[in-house]
Order: sequence, then structure tokens, then C-alpha cells
Amino acid sequence: MTTRIERHHYDVVVIGAGGAGLRAAIEARLAGKRTAIISKSLFGKAHTVMAEGGAAAAMGNVNPRDNWQVHFRDTMRGGKFLNNYRMAELHAKEAPQRIWELETYGALFDRTKDGKISQRNFGGHEYPRLAHVGDRTGLELIRTLQQKIVSLQQEDKKEHGDYEARIKVFAETTITDLLLDSDRRIAGAFGYYRESGEFVLFEAPAVVLATGGVGRSYKVTSNSWEYTGDGHALALRAGATLINMEFLQFHPTGMVWPPSVKGILVTESVRGDGGVLRNSEGRRFMFDYVPDVFRKQYAETEEEADRWYTDPDNNRRPPELLPRDEVARAINAEVKAGRGSPAGGVYLDVSTRLSPEEIKRRLPSMYHQFKELADVDITKQPMEVGPTCHYVMGGVEVDPDTTAAVGNVQGLFAAGEVSGGMHGSNRLGGNSLSDLLVFGKRAGEHAAAYVDTLGTRPKVSTADVEAAVEQALAPLERKGGESPYRLQQDLQTVMGDLVGIIRRKSELEEALVRLAELRDRANRVSVAGGRRYNPGWHLALDLRNMLIVSECTARAALEREESRGGHTREDFPTMSPKWRTVNLVCSLDGDKVRLEHKPLPKMPPELMKLFDRAELAKYLTDEELAEFDALTAEAHAEEAAK
Amino acid sequence: MTTRTAPPPAGLPGSVRQRAAIAARTLRTDRWWFAPLITVIGLVAWVTYATVRVFMHDRYWVGDYHYLTPFYSPCVTERCLPEAAHFGRVLPGWWIIPDAALTLPFLLLFRLTCYYYRKAYYRSFWLSPPACAVPDAHKRYTGETRFPLLGQNLHRYAFYAAAIISAINTWDAILAFHSPEGFGFGLGNVILVGNVLMLWAYTLSCHSCRHVTGGRLKHFSRHPVRYRLWTFVSKLNVRHMQLAWITLGTLALTDFYIMAVASGWISDLRFIN
Amino acid sequence: MGNQDAPVKTGTTRHFRIWRGDESGGELVDYQVEVNEGEVVLDVIHRLQATQAPDLACRWNCKAGKCGSCSMEINGMPRLGCMTRMSTFDDNETVTITPLRTFPIIRDLVTDVSFNYEKARETPAFAPPPDLAPGEYRMQQVDVERSQEFRKCIECFLCQNTCHVIRDHEENKPAFSGPRFFIRAAELDMHPLDTRNDRKEYAQASQGLGYCNITKCCTEVCPEGIKITDNAIIPMKERVVDRRYDPLVWLGSKIFRRGQREAEQTARESAPVGTAHSHAGASHEPGAEAEAERGVHWGRQVPQPQAPAVDSRGRLPISEFTFDRPAAPSPFGEDVTFPMPPKDLNYAHPEQKD
Ligand SMILES: Cc1cc2nc3c(=O)[nH]c(=O)nc-3n(C[C@H](O)[C@H](O)[C@H](O)COP(=O)(O)OP(=O)(O)OC[C@H]3O[C@@H](n4cnc5c(N)ncnc54)[C@H](O)[C@@H]3O)c2cc1C
Ligand code: SF4
Ligand code: SF4
Ligand code: FES
Ligand code: FES
Repeated sequence: MTTRIERHHYDVVVIGAGGAGLRAAIEARLAGKRTAIISKSLFGKAHTVMAEGGAAAAMGNVNPRDNWQVHFRDTMRGGKFLNNYRMAELHAKEAPQRIWELETYGALFDRTKDGKISQRNFGGHEYPRLAHVGDRTGLELIRTLQQKIVSLQQEDKKEHGDYEARIKVFAETTITDLLLDSDRRIAGAFGYYRESGEFVLFEAPAVVLATGGVGRSYKVTSNSWEYTGDGHALALRAGATLINMEFLQFHPTGMVWPPSVKGILVTESVRGDGGVLRNSEGRRFMFDYVPDVFRKQYAETEEEADRWYTDPDNNRRPPELLPRDEVARAINAEVKAGRGSPAGGVYLDVSTRLSPEEIKRRLPSMYHQFKELADVDITKQPMEVGPTCHYVMGGVEVDPDTTAAVGNVQGLFAAGEVSGGMHGSNRLGGNSLSDLLVFGKRAGEHAAAYVDTLGTRPKVSTADVEAAVEQALAPLERKGGESPYRLQQDLQTVMGDLVGIIRRKSELEEALVRLAELRDRANRVSVAGGRRYNPGWHLALDLRNMLIVSECTARAALEREESRGGHTREDFPTMSPKWRTVNLVCSLDGDKVRLEHKPLPKMPPELMKLFDRAELAKYLTDEELAEFDALTAEAHAEEAAK
Repeated sequence: MTTRTAPPPAGLPGSVRQRAAIAARTLRTDRWWFAPLITVIGLVAWVTYATVRVFMHDRYWVGDYHYLTPFYSPCVTERCLPEAAHFGRVLPGWWIIPDAALTLPFLLLFRLTCYYYRKAYYRSFWLSPPACAVPDAHKRYTGETRFPLLGQNLHRYAFYAAAIISAINTWDAILAFHSPEGFGFGLGNVILVGNVLMLWAYTLSCHSCRHVTGGRLKHFSRHPVRYRLWTFVSKLNVRHMQLAWITLGTLALTDFYIMAVASGWISDLRFIN
Repeated sequence: MGNQDAPVKTGTTRHFRIWRGDESGGELVDYQVEVNEGEVVLDVIHRLQATQAPDLACRWNCKAGKCGSCSMEINGMPRLGCMTRMSTFDDNETVTITPLRTFPIIRDLVTDVSFNYEKARETPAFAPPPDLAPGEYRMQQVDVERSQEFRKCIECFLCQNTCHVIRDHEENKPAFSGPRFFIRAAELDMHPLDTRNDRKEYAQASQGLGYCNITKCCTEVCPEGIKITDNAIIPMKERVVDRRYDPLVWLGSKIFRRGQREAEQTARESAPVGTAHSHAGASHEPGAEAEAERGVHWGRQVPQPQAPAVDSRGRLPISEFTFDRPAAPSPFGEDVTFPMPPKDLNYAHPEQKD
């Protein structure tokens, strides 16, 4: 082979330098493993920096009634009971510990009066629960983890004389393939340096995927170019499975004007801190959209809603704080009914409730963002907002405790947005940042443990490497083909128009046909220029991933005949208890995407008992309810016996 | 661990990777040269005026109203008019010695080492750099790491001196509520008091002051009073640059007014006596 | 909202000059690009990539001024591409876009910013209080606010790029960490629970705080509006003054000749504190004392002869007055201070056991 390939040997390779990846790397390094962190962008720029609202953890600093059970309940409710209960449980239990740990790494959260970490309200959370720093919590999180890694490197330097003795960051490096040995164990990861276009091979028995989401397949999205579903596709190709891919979260409030910033997020804390939604007629329309399941917890009049901000214990919360999918759908419906703003959104207004100083103090980066990007002064004017593709609930199917990928592969772990199951059909705001920490830690820990169990190290086969090189170079070698930018635009149109926020059978079928065409065209894409920092080439390689992941989404969306959380079918507008028991699992069969039904793991009685029967009745099938009744009866009997 | 070492990351000491070869020394299209230019003009004009005045040894005292210009306060040489010398006449009256020789050097040091003036003259006189993203005019640069400029660190002590001198100026302004009939109050007093107020504002807005009042603390919450002080000084500190220029203006104006009254070019506008 | 009557106006064509090239050279290339209302410079670059120049290299991530990837120089001023609205330029104004000047070029608008990551790695990390478990940290909002300002930093490195100390003087790079890391040092020094108390000395001795002549360009370009100079650099300089340049202490040390230990710290090397940068410097290792007591330390490093310190022209200083430290250069080398730590001596007291 003529291409020179740089080789590195590590114990654990973490793909992704966002919250999940960094936390995993820290844990693997603390377990004494030599660890590589790989990231498509520079160190510290991963998507996590953009998270604004905060990280949910039931620390009970603001409202002492909060505890993990309540958090667990909120998470399950938000995910419409489709969550993997075990993940939700671990998440609720471990999140506070993970947040406190950040303080020992140097994080500076906003404080309460008695000096503890302050927590704020957020959609779907019963109590103020989000640890935050102004509206730049994600930045704080990633910077803290980044600095922790630096501090570990400083320790290594002291011990071994080299900062990179045990943990090294490969910034601006993209992984294009995972390599397995003949026993289907992970043997390494193959990729290229974006800067030079040189190839690089990491030989390692354990890989942690923490590559984030898939939003770039959509026209209007809050996600950056990094979010091309690489991790999802890498896992599929390595033999792992994806679940819940039909569930995409459309954030209700993205900027819709000016066109160039379409999709950029307006944080939920705007609503948490008193922002109200109005349509072009000036009506506070969210009161019309409170679904029955939530009727009890939300205010019915504007007066009651307004009182909640100052007296949350005696009033119900305003409907603006409904879970994201509800708000997104409501806005979508208003706009479709012709009551939207000129740019196709609705109005979000904080200026009526808060003083300008208060707004600038509580929402500094929003103030900044609107001033700079849209020339709108949010202390005086309302913002124009609309739904934007924000988060993918689906992802790599993992074992809840070890985060090891399920499927025909060993040594692969996944954490963060790229993993699936934790959030069910819809993620609560703030649950992602804590998810990153909880499962990032677990991934690092278990990847390290897995390495210890290995007798011999899996070997990378030369043929696989050659195939990977060939794949990667193909778009550069073809001449006269289509431009990858064009293809990406077409893909975004297909996904945005046909597999968007409201879905129909016919459209989904059409989408599948179009996606097949696109896959065909993708094989003929060619790019100009050389290998050095060539964004066209990078996009051409990412397209392959976007296409298969999009296909999974479209197939699963077509299959699931109900509406739930981040999946709304116009032809099946209600939730069906029957579908609640089913996860849709995608796998790759050669080149083809295969979809299977898989029963959801059953929640154990002690967790089941955290819920009201009336609430469960909305989600569960009759058989499940009967089981629940039997359980409660048993419990009563036991009590009576005592 | 690595079978082929990666190319050395650039930016490391001793690296050889090149910067972008951009021909133009600066591509700024705005009038970046304006601010340094105006600073040069302003400072040169002021220094010229002040020098002339300091060595004039005359027209600094209005006997009727006890107006003493800040440039001669306190007047301490044998040349001083006895009634203007509130603090004794201890220095010989040579021409080369300014009459306020005990304070002027400290004031000079105070302003020379002031963080704002440093910025101003480094940019506009030393062109290091003349404006942001405009190249430095010097081949080598060591900043304030070695001898003469290391002395900038004396600012703290110049600040203490300046605070004392501001107190002296305040005393002068109080003594000036005078007329041959006893108490008096005229336009000159307004100017003197205004000048003193501005001098205090400038002196208190000093970064060293901000540091000693509270900036050096690690825990504001344990020192609520100093925290309040610090907050107050911080507010003033934001305007330090403006105050630096305003005080140059008020100093020159006060001095000029007193010179004009002392020479009899104009007569003081009296409100009381 | 002002724009409601015409939400989407069709664009005008504007003239752009963009630097294209790599380390072997490059030039400003002219482009005519369509610009729509409400767009920012980064949008224009994306349009160029999608139409005329598919291989135009440029970093970006968030498009919302949050990640600090899209740093570039627009009409000569260091700025974020995603935060520079096209409406800030006149309709017929040519917009010139170049890569950051201070860092080595990779290609087009992408530069190698690893300098900053190197410096980040040298800055001593947060030192948590050993007696507090996670969850026990208590801090008051007023105490964390100063540090929080600095933690707003998105690491766009515009300040690093603008700072003339390294922008115009490549040779200062080893000794100078730059404003981004001054705010990091200040952040930690002001952190209510950080337990290290040598951050000021570190900033002065190893980060090159003294190189900064407080001309405030870093503050001018910081997209996060961090008052780098006023709130971090000057307070750090003042904190250094507290310890190092307090004239009274200095005078005392001149008279009583006790200042050498501190003078050692002016040695302009950038070895991080804590990795004992000379065999004879005050040892920071807690075990050193115990080890010394155990007796002869045969494995110690033998002092290397040091060249005498020379002035900027490479000559021996003629007069003490113009030299940057008091007294003549030490014949034992500039970084040897007396008394030497016992650990570095090849001597054990006869009565000492093993
Ligand atoms: C605008 C916005 C606001 C948000 N606000 C909140 C909030 O308030 N609260 C909350 O809890 N969540 C929020 N989220 C969601 C949350 O930020 C993300 O889900 C989370 O950051 C994902 O983190 P991660 O670690 O999984 O991946 P990321 O942080 O996205 O990191 C992915 C990493 O993988 C790397 N990578 C990807 N592909 C490859 C490849 N092929 N090779 C090598 N490296 C690769 C990337 O370079 C990157 O470093 C928000 C998201 C957005 C977009
Ligand atoms: S103030 Fe100091 S650090 Fe900032 S740009 Fe100027 S010289 Fe550099
Ligand atoms: S301090 Fe400001 S300019 Fe410097 S890197 Fe941070 S955000 Fe950028
Ligand atoms: S007087 Fe200007 S900083 Fe002290
Ligand atoms: S793209 Fe993130 S700051 Fe500009």
C-alpha cells in the first residue's frame, strides 16, 4: 500500500470530546488505562458548549422535597414511559454525585444563599432541579472536564515526564471506521487528521462512542456540522444496533429570523424565567394545548400561571413549561393555522414580565445573541421563534449498567446523545448534560474493566485497513461527480419535509424511495482539491453516515403507528399502550437497514409504585395494569398482615 | 506507544511552521490612527503648558481670595510668597526647582505609572502597538519585565502619595473660601472645588486603589464593608480613562483661571464677598 | 422587530477578498458573492463553499458565538465570523478576510492554534481543598462572580491573536502565555476554594505577566466582553506587587541581602511550578525534607555550570543600574540560591543513621 498510516496503541479510545467523551476518558484514565480522545473539532468546542439551560440533578438544594424518585418519575413521564427504566433510574440516582464531582474539578455553578449549587426550573421538572451557570452551563461543563483532563496530564507529566503519557487528545481527527477482529471484538478505529488529510489507525481493544447526534440531516437545526450521526453509523457498521431512532426532539423555540441563524436555539430558561408565547393575534395560546395527561399539573388561567413564578408551591405552573414536544407541536399547529409571525414562527416575550436589568442578568447570552445576530433587543421586543431539530433520543442500544453496545460486537461502549434508551420518546431539558456525566463515567469505567478481562489483544487485519483507506479516498479519486454540498441540501430537504415534526405514511414511504436514490447518488460524489483541510471531502465522507442514519429514522417512523413524544403521526394521532411495550431496533445487514421489534424491559414493582394508578392508566396496556393492581393489592395485604 | 511520531505540533517553542504570508502590514480600514494621534496632541499640549507654567514661578496665587493653583501646591521653595506657602519654605529658590518640588515628582510618577496613561503612551508614543492588530514599531519587545519599565510596579506607592496630595489640594480648596472680609465665595472656588472633586474621583478610581480596598481579597463575603467599597471603586474605575482626561482638563483650567485672575486679565466673579 | 414587512429580501452581490493558501504561500483572492439581509460573514463563507470554492477551509461549529471556532480577521480586525453581521459594512465596501496572523497557517482561514493548548497545559490546574468531599463545597455568589466572568471565555483565542507581545514578536512565545491564560490564572487565584497560593508568582515568573503593557487590545477584541485587562491582568499585576515589588520589602532585601530567593523567580523559564525546575530551587515536593533527613542523596542531579546572565545585546551588563536584577551575576549560576536545600548536598551528618 502506498499510503502511509500512522499507528497508535491505546487501551481505550474515546471517540468524541463532548461531555460524555471527556467524562469517559477521565474515568478510563483514572482506572489506569492509556486513553485517546478523538474529536472532529478542536478540543473544547464540541457540541456540549452550546447547552444553555443546565444539568438536571435532584440535589434538593432549592426545594428539599426533591429526590431521585421524583426525578426518575419526571424522566419517565417526559419520555412517555418508553425509557429504559434502568437507565432512567441510574441517571436519577447518580446525577447529583456527578455534578458535585464537577465542583472538585473546579466548576463554578451559580450559588444559593447558603452557598450551595443553585437550581432552576425547567420544562417537565417538578422542582427546580437544573444546576446552572447563567445560560452557559454546557460551556462550564466542557471547560471543567477539559481542565480536569489537563490536570490529569499534569500529574502524568510529573510522574512520567510527558503530558501525554497516559491521555492524549487528537483534535480535528475524524474516525471513519471501526475495525473488528475475527471474533467480532473491537480491534481499532481508523480515521484521518482533518488538518493534513493523513490517515491514522488507533489499535485498541475498547472504543467508547460519544459522538453526539444527527441533526445535520435537517434543514432547520440547532446542531452544528459535527452532528452527522457518525457514531450511530459506526456502531451499525460494527454490528451494533440502534433503538428508538424515530424519536427526534424538535426544540420548540429556535430563532426563525434572520434566515441565516434559522434554527439557533432560544434556551428554555427564557420560558422558565417568565417568557410567554403569543401568536400573531396576541393570544397566549399554550393554554389551549395542555394535553389530558398533564392537566393536573398546569395552570388553567393566566393569573394562576403568573402567580406560579413567585409562589410555585401553591400554584400550578404555566403551560409554557410543558415538555418540549408539546410546545413544539403547539407552535407548529398555530403557524399552520395561519396565526404565526411573518417569518413562520410565534412570539416569545420576556420583556413584559422582567425588567431589562433582570433580563440581562438572568439571560445574558440570549440578550447578546439576539442583539448581535438579529438586532432585536429582547428587553423591549418579543423574539420570533419556531421549532428546530435539536436532539435525537434514539441511538446505540446499550446495556444500562455497563453501557456496552448490544449486538454482534464486543468492546464497544456508547454514552451521551449517541446512546439510546435513557430518554425514551422525549428528553427533558437538562437531562442530557447529566446523562453525559452519569453514563460517560460508566462507559469509561466499564471500558477499562473490559480491557482488563481480555487475555490477548484483538488484532487489526491489514485487509480491513486497506478497505477503509479505499473508502476514504474514493470521493477524491472520482472525477466529474456531484458536489457533496448539493447532496446534503437534498438530504436535508427530504428529511425536513418528509420525516419532519409531523409525519404521514405516504410521505414516509416517499422519503424511503428518495433516500435510496440519494444513497445511490452518494456513491458518485466527487470532490475537488486535495486532502489538506478540505471541507468538501470531509462532508462527502460524513454523507455516508447521514444517509444510513436517516434511513433508520424514516423506517422506524413508518413502522411506529402512534404518536408519542418526539414522533408524531398525523394518521395515528394518539398514544397507543400497545406500542409502548415495543422498541424498534435497527441493524445493518450487509448494506441494508433491518428493523425489528423488541419488547421493552419491564419496570420492577418498587419503581412502578412511584406512580399513581391514574397516571399509569394513560400509558399502560390492560394486562400491565392488572399486574400493577395485583401488586398493590399484595402490598396492601402485607401491610394489613403486619 | 506511537510507532511513527506525528509531525511536531506547531506553536511549540522552536517550531518552524510558518504564519500566513499576508502582504499588507494591517488590513484595518477604519481610522485606527486617529486615537493615538489625538492622544499625542492632547498630551503634548498639556505637558507643554504645564512645563511653561511650572517654571514661570509667578501668577500662582491670588492674595485676595487665597486661590493657589494646584501646580504650586504646596509651595515649598524660598521663592514662594509667604502667605501661599502653607507648609513652610524648605527648598532653595533656584530657577530649576519647581515651587511644588515636593509633590510634583510624585504626581508625575503617579500619572506616568498609571495603568491608563501607560496604555495611552505605549500606544501613541511608543507605538507598541499603535492600535490593535496594527504592527508594533519595534524589533524587540520585553514589555515591563526589565529595568526601567519594571519600575511601573511602583504605582501603588505613587498612589498613596497621590492620595495625600489630593488631601493637600482639598485643604487648598477649603482655604480658598476667603476674601479680604473673611469668608468669601466666587467662581474660582467653584473651579477649585470641581477640580478637587475630579482629582479625588480620578485618584480613587485608580486600579491600585481598587486592589487595596478589596480587590486583593479572596472572600468578599467575609468582608462586607470592603466589598461595598470595592464595588464603589470598581464603578469609578470603569471611568478611569475619562477621569484621567477630565482631570488634565480641570487642572489646566484651574491653573489658567488662577493665572488669569492673578495677572489681572480678568477679575474673579464673586458670589459672596 | 423591524423586519416584518420584508422578512426575506433577495440579496445584493458584494465584493470579498479572502486569503487562500497554506504555509508555502498564498494571496488574497477576489470573489463576488450574493449576500442576503440579516446574514453574517460566516454565512457568506458557507455560500462560497457551496458554490464557488468547495475546498475553502474554515472552522466553525455553533454559528452562535458560543464555541469560539470561527475566529478570523475581517477587514484587519480579529473577530468571530459568525458574530459579524454583514449590515455592519457599507453596501459597496470590500470585505477582506484573512486567517489569524499570530498562529501558523494550515490552510486558508484555518490556523494551528496548538500554542494555546500548550500554554493551557502548563497552567497549574485547580487545587481542590483536600478536606472537602464532593457535595460539601459552599461558596457565596459574590465570591464566585469574579471567577465566573473569566469562565465565560469561549477560547476563541482572538485575544491571544491580537496581543502584540506575540503577534509582532514570535520570539516571545515561549515566555508569554497570553491574556487567555492570565484570566485563567486570575480565575483560580480568585476562586474561593482554590488552595494554591503561588499563582501570582507563577503568572509573573512563568507566564510572562510582565510582558503585558496593558494596552488593552485583548479586551477590545474579546467577543464575550470579558474585561481581561481591568479585571484580570491589572489585579494580577497588583497582586504580584503585593508580594514582589512592594518597594519596602525590596528595599529591605537590598539592605539585608535576603532577596535572592525571590530573584530566582524572575528567571524567564516557563517550566511549570511544581516540577522543580532547578535542582537547587526551593523544592515544592513535600517528601523532600524527609528524604533529606534520611541522608546522602547520591542520585541527586549535580549542578550544571550556568552561563552568566547577559543583557539584551548578549553582553555582560556594564552597570548594575541598567541590569534587571541587583548585584553581579552569581558565579554559581543564576538559579542557585543559598542556603541550598539539604537534599541537594552530598553530605550526611556522621551521627545520622542510614
Ligand atoms: C443549542 C443546544 C442547547 C442545548 N441545551 C441543553 C441543555 O440546556 N441541557 C441539556 O441537558 N442538554 C442540552 N442540549 C443537549 C446536549 O448539549 C447534547 O445532547 C450533549 O451535549 C451531547 O453531548 P455528547 O457528549 O453526547 O456529544 P457532543 O458534545 O456533541 O460531542 C460529540 C463529539 O464527538 C466528536 N465526533 C463526532 N463524530 C466524530 C467522528 N466521526 N470522529 C471523531 N470524533 C467525532 C465531535 O467532534 C465532538 O467532539 C443542548 C443542545 C443544543 C444543540
Ligand atoms: S493588554 Fe496585555 S495581554 Fe492584553 S493585548 Fe495588551 S499586551 Fe497583550
Ligand atoms: S478571553 Fe475572550 S478573546 Fe480571549 S479566548 Fe476567551 S473569549 Fe476569546
Ligand atoms: S492612577 Fe491610573 S491606575 Fe492608578
Ligand atoms: S461558530 Fe461558534 S463561535 Fe462562531
